[in-house]
Amino acid sequence: MGTGNDNNKPKMAGKQSIIFQNPPFIIEASSIAGKKEGEGPLGSMFDLVHEDPMVGKNNWEEAESELMKQAVDKVLQKAGLQNSDIRYLFGGDLLGQLIATSFGIAQTGIATFGIYGACSTMGEAMTLGAIMVEGGYADKVIAVTSSHFAGAEKQFRFPLDYGNQRPYSATWTVTGSGAVIISDKDDADRGNDAKVVITGVTTGKLVDYGIKDPMNMGAAMAPAACETIRQNFTDMGVGPDHYDKIITGDLGYVGKNILIDLLRENGYDIANNHMDCGIEVFNKDEQDTHAGGSGCGCSAITFASFIMNQLRSRTLKRVLFVPTGALLSQVSYNEGNTIPCIAHAVIVEAM
Amino acid sequence: MGNKKKVTASDVIREKDKAARGQKYNKYVKQSTPTFSTGKNCVKAFIIGGIICTIGQGFMNYYMSLASDIELAKSYTTLTLVFLSILLTGLGLYQKLAKFGGAGTLVPITGFANSVAAPAVEYKKEGQVFGIGCKIFTIAGPVILYGIFSSWVLGLIYYILSKFGIM
Repeated sequence: MGTGNDNNKPKMAGKQSIIFQNPPFIIEASSIAGKKEGEGPLGSMFDLVHEDPMVGKNNWEEAESELMKQAVDKVLQKAGLQNSDIRYLFGGDLLGQLIATSFGIAQTGIATFGIYGACSTMGEAMTLGAIMVEGGYADKVIAVTSSHFAGAEKQFRFPLDYGNQRPYSATWTVTGSGAVIISDKDDADRGNDAKVVITGVTTGKLVDYGIKDPMNMGAAMAPAACETIRQNFTDMGVGPDHYDKIITGDLGYVGKNILIDLLRENGYDIANNHMDCGIEVFNKDEQDTHAGGSGCGCSAITFASFIMNQLRSRTLKRVLFVPTGALLSQVSYNEGNTIPCIAHAVIVEAM
Repeated sequence: MGNKKKVTASDVIREKDKAARGQKYNKYVKQSTPTFSTGKNCVKAFIIGGIICTIGQGFMNYYMSLASDIELAKSYTTLTLVFLSILLTGLGLYQKLAKFGGAGTLVPITGFANSVAAPAVEYKKEGQVFGIGCKIFTIAGPVILYGIFSSWVLGLIYYILSKFGIM
């Protein structure tokens, strides 16, 4: 058979999208968060909130690794599964050479793909995981990402205690880790709750509109989100109304407005059904987070808690989840380069 | 081209040339990004910077009353301010002060002390040599290097001018 499955319906859609013929299930999700995230609007929905920013470890890198380990342990525990039940793991984080993924996942003994997409990594992990499961190459995979405020500050900005003023456009890196298990079947008795499936994906291109300011990543990433969302509409032959919510990862307040503007110029109005995880995760006025939350953990913990809850309860029936990533490094920044960005869209539906 | 005019999202989308699109987009982003009020920031910097300098003057007067040696009093004042800044940095308070005071906390010697102490705290975990040793001057390094370099250049100019009897 041409497609490798029992039916002949094409899986490739348009230029950059896939429509799954046997949509894989998201059977469980877990979210581990830091103190500030716990005090935010989504605080009560996280599986675990750590008061200690070091999570009982000796440094930020170990702390983030621990967050990721706990997210994986938690999602397995919630699903009633063992490490050995998981075929592959797709994981990524922001620290140099994927420190948190390497050290956090090491003890689990699960075959692992380490991936880097900056803050878009959760979208990339879920995309690859879903393809793997639907293609029949795995029965159960985990997609997991993490970020840590202090670790990210140290790597991308300044030491934590250095006295400087954050501009209003700067985002606040979320401390947390979110994981999901993607499976070929969902046998659990969910009562009235919906089963959640991934029905399609649109993989983003690298988009660079010439922004150099790492303190305004929302503006840098908005065109990438715009391109991916527009491509999703074109490839799937749908418009904004097809989705109950179009959920970007961490554009924040600055990026949100730009995204809505840019898409409107492309002929799509998403003002009414757009949501941004970076805006949802913090209370801007009380928590002094300026443009909003960011980081691999931002979209991951928001999806694994708030969005999954809304899908299970059918408050949302079909969402386009679009984590956005700014692929900058300190080296490319010092060399005067612009910030290339990327966004990956995952269609998630309640069944 | 309408350089003085506001750039809209539609101008950005319609621009086909990549470099020109980048320029237009940057302009458009600048319009849509909220910034600090410079006036307000200047006032806050003046107040906090002024307070730090007044505290310094207080120490200066005190040390003068002890030994009435101006050079000694100056050195002790600097030492005291640097110590206080490092103490506040270690307690995580200097960053909070800087968030409010901006340049008022950056310009006095306390700001310099903070820029050395903060990396020392942060990179301690990476060891005495590769952590603190290599990274303690990541922020203050350029100030030290170019400060010494420009003093050297000025010294050279002074030397040449004095040789020709101009100064």
